Amino acid sequence: MIKASSLLRVRDLRKSYRSGDHRLDVLRGVDFDLATGEFVSVVGQSGSGKSTLLHLMGLLDAADSGEIALGDTRIDRLPSARRDRLRNSAIGMVFQAYHLLPELDALENVLAPLMVRHGVIEWLRVRREARARAADLLTRFGLGGRLHHKPRQLSGGEMQRVAIARALVTQPRVLLADEPTGNLDEATGGEILDTLCELNRADGLSIVLVTHDAAIARRADRIVRLAAGRVEAA
Amino acid sequence: MYKLLLCWRYLRTRWIALASVVSVTLGVATMIVVNAVMAGFSHEMQTRIHGILSDIVFEAHSLSGFQDPAWHMEEIRRAAGDDIAGMTPTVAVPAMLSFQVRGQWITRQIMFIGIDETTHAYVSDFGRYLQHPGNRERLSFALREGGYDTVDSQSDGPGPTRPALEGAGWPHRRMRVERERVWREKLEADRAKAAADQAAEGASGDEGVQPASAVGPVRSVDQQVDAVLAATSQPVAAAVVNEQAAPSTPTKAPDPFKAARPEEGRAMDPAKEQFTGIVPGIGLASFRDSTGVDRFLVLPGDDVKVTFPTAGTPPKAVSDTFTIVDFYESKMSEYDSNFVFVPIAQLQRMRGMIDPQSGLASVNSIQIKLKDGADLDVVRDRLRKVFPADMYAVSTWRDKQGPLLSAVEMEMSVLNILLFLIIAVAGFGILAIFFMIVVEKTRDIGILKSLGAGSTGIAGIFLGYGLFLGLVGAGAGLALGLAIVLNINSIRAGVEWCTGQRVFDPSIYYFFKIPTVIDPFTIAWIIAGAVAIAVASSVLPALRAARLHPVEALRHD
Ligand SMILES: Nc1ncnc2c1ncn2[C@@H]1O[C@H](COP(=O)(O)OP(=O)(O)O)[C@@H](O)[C@H]1O
Ligand SMILES: [Mg+2]
Repeated sequence: MIKASSLLRVRDLRKSYRSGDHRLDVLRGVDFDLATGEFVSVVGQSGSGKSTLLHLMGLLDAADSGEIALGDTRIDRLPSARRDRLRNSAIGMVFQAYHLLPELDALENVLAPLMVRHGVIEWLRVRREARARAADLLTRFGLGGRLHHKPRQLSGGEMQRVAIARALVTQPRVLLADEPTGNLDEATGGEILDTLCELNRADGLSIVLVTHDAAIARRADRIVRLAAGRVEAA
Repeated sequence: MYKLLLCWRYLRTRWIALASVVSVTLGVATMIVVNAVMAGFSHEMQTRIHGILSDIVFEAHSLSGFQDPAWHMEEIRRAAGDDIAGMTPTVAVPAMLSFQVRGQWITRQIMFIGIDETTHAYVSDFGRYLQHPGNRERLSFALREGGYDTVDSQSDGPGPTRPALEGAGWPHRRMRVERERVWREKLEADRAKAAADQAAEGASGDEGVQPASAVGPVRSVDQQVDAVLAATSQPVAAAVVNEQAAPSTPTKAPDPFKAARPEEGRAMDPAKEQFTGIVPGIGLASFRDSTGVDRFLVLPGDDVKVTFPTAGTPPKAVSDTFTIVDFYESKMSEYDSNFVFVPIAQLQRMRGMIDPQSGLASVNSIQIKLKDGADLDVVRDRLRKVFPADMYAVSTWRDKQGPLLSAVEMEMSVLNILLFLIIAVAGFGILAIFFMIVVEKTRDIGILKSLGAGSTGIAGIFLGYGLFLGLVGAGAGLALGLAIVLNINSIRAGVEWCTGQRVFDPSIYYFFKIPTVIDPFTIAWIIAGAVAIAVASSVLPALRAARLHPVEALRHD
């Protein structure tokens, strides 16, 4: 039932929120597959549970039932230390609100996941290489001259490109993007999408893009629709 | 690595957190200062007490003491000879000291202590507390030809000044005797004139005066002169006294020293000779005025009277005249205003402590000095085993001052607890500020978690932050505290200069400077405690940060 080539597999994923005695079933048995090197869009109305699904796949939250596998391993029931490690090295995430650390400049924000990974001593050893890689990424995204600018000195598009660089600096196996263009104007959003398409085509990066905008979704290889708590091909 | 970087960045953008550390700093500084001063006082006090009391005191319960100190010392040596460095017998009796200031008799209650001139200074610090360098070197009860310290020899730095001691000793004595002689001559001349007038008036006056002459020899010239000196400011009163005292033996003044020293059987020249020397505590003879200058009521070279009980049953009070040869200043006001030292042999003789049959003298106590490193309590217990407890009391200097020492210790621990509570209050400040930072940084915490930071790592940021604040606060407190302690006397002077009020009145305390002792061990404890409190108060916020749900945290705005 699971395709051998698929990188990320979600089976019968259920998630509900409870507030008081009212139960809200957001995901009611989601099945979803992402092949290696594939670029998939997930569309759905606002409130349909797209972010919830993405958070579950990014191991930021725990599902009520169902399973998630990355490659050959099931990842949703791992001990928290291993999940932390996977989040750090195998999964890259980009958010609508950029989520950069305001105290750090662009370069440091990109380096943050690597700093999380390494202890102080180790960091001193890998620092040079890490900085070079982070600076390369930022330069590739057209931010070569903004390395030491704080997030508040950058525009929305620039911040999102820093966030993408941060997600990619660890060379993850999959990039999960939650409405990355949601806070941007059309032109800037288009540039971000161009960047993602370029990464997918040139580097073979596997991408899950969540959006409520059908026009944006069309840039992907494949579109799935999330409705009534289930995924259907669109 | 991110922990360090973020700690540093958070700190750099949130200096306000340092405000919560100020109270840690102040608490630590206060604790260091208070401990140093208290330890200084306590140390000073202990050395003083120990300096006075010798290591072990062996005493009789009875005021009349025990006979044959030589035999007792022999026994003590037999019991604990290996640990004993020296011994000296003493006799101590309650007594009254009387002396005259501006014609008024001042009488004080004292402890009259007979000591052995040669051995006493070895057994205790007695010698160090004297005012004449020669006596500090080697005690002598013979009056010195001047040379008394005019600046306190025990204080390094500015001590009390004693300009009055400049001329003390023989020069002072000769001057006094000369002054008295001049007065006596004037007195006698006046009296002779009055007698001549009376004789001219009629012979009946003779009979009236004659009985008075029988009283004359009994009254010493001392008293007459005293009366005269008293009259210097009141010539009218002097005339009255003259009239009363007037003996009709103007040609020959009664010998005062015949009464005082009947065994010598000859007239004593007070300008060349002295009575038995005594060393009173400086507090008996002087007071310190508010400018820190010591004013003396009597000086070395002056004569005083001491009234003390004899050794018999029931004790009778006897009086004798003594010459002050030096002052004793242990800086423990209790002792300095109570103790008067006298040669033990004289005191034994005067009190009748020498058995007429055997010729054996009695003493009240034997002061024992132990060799370095000897255990006081062990030696005390060994002696207690040998000597029956119903006759002898054996105690260490600590035993003797036990209540005082433990009161000081208790005072110190209570103060420390109170001050530590101040630092604990500072801990709550840190707690509140950290909670605010956690709330403010909720989204950042979510971001870090989404980047793979574990809960322990997130907690580590805040614990590290708390540790850093604790170290900074305690470090600043250490620096501030040490700065205050090391300069406490100049600070005191500065405060006094600014406010015009005395902070540390040298006429109340016998120390001229505020004594301090810096104990590295205490300081280490204070620092460790302060840092621990800072870390402990960051534990709750850190746990809260660690428990934040990443998705909720990311949604937070
Ligand atoms: N913590 C929560 N408690 C209760 N309801 C929640 C919670 N998080 C999300 N929801 C609800 O779940 C639904 C799906 O939310 P979400 O996944 O953010 O939707 P989308 O990203 O598709 O707009 C929404 O109706 C939202 O209100
Ligand atoms: Mg959403």
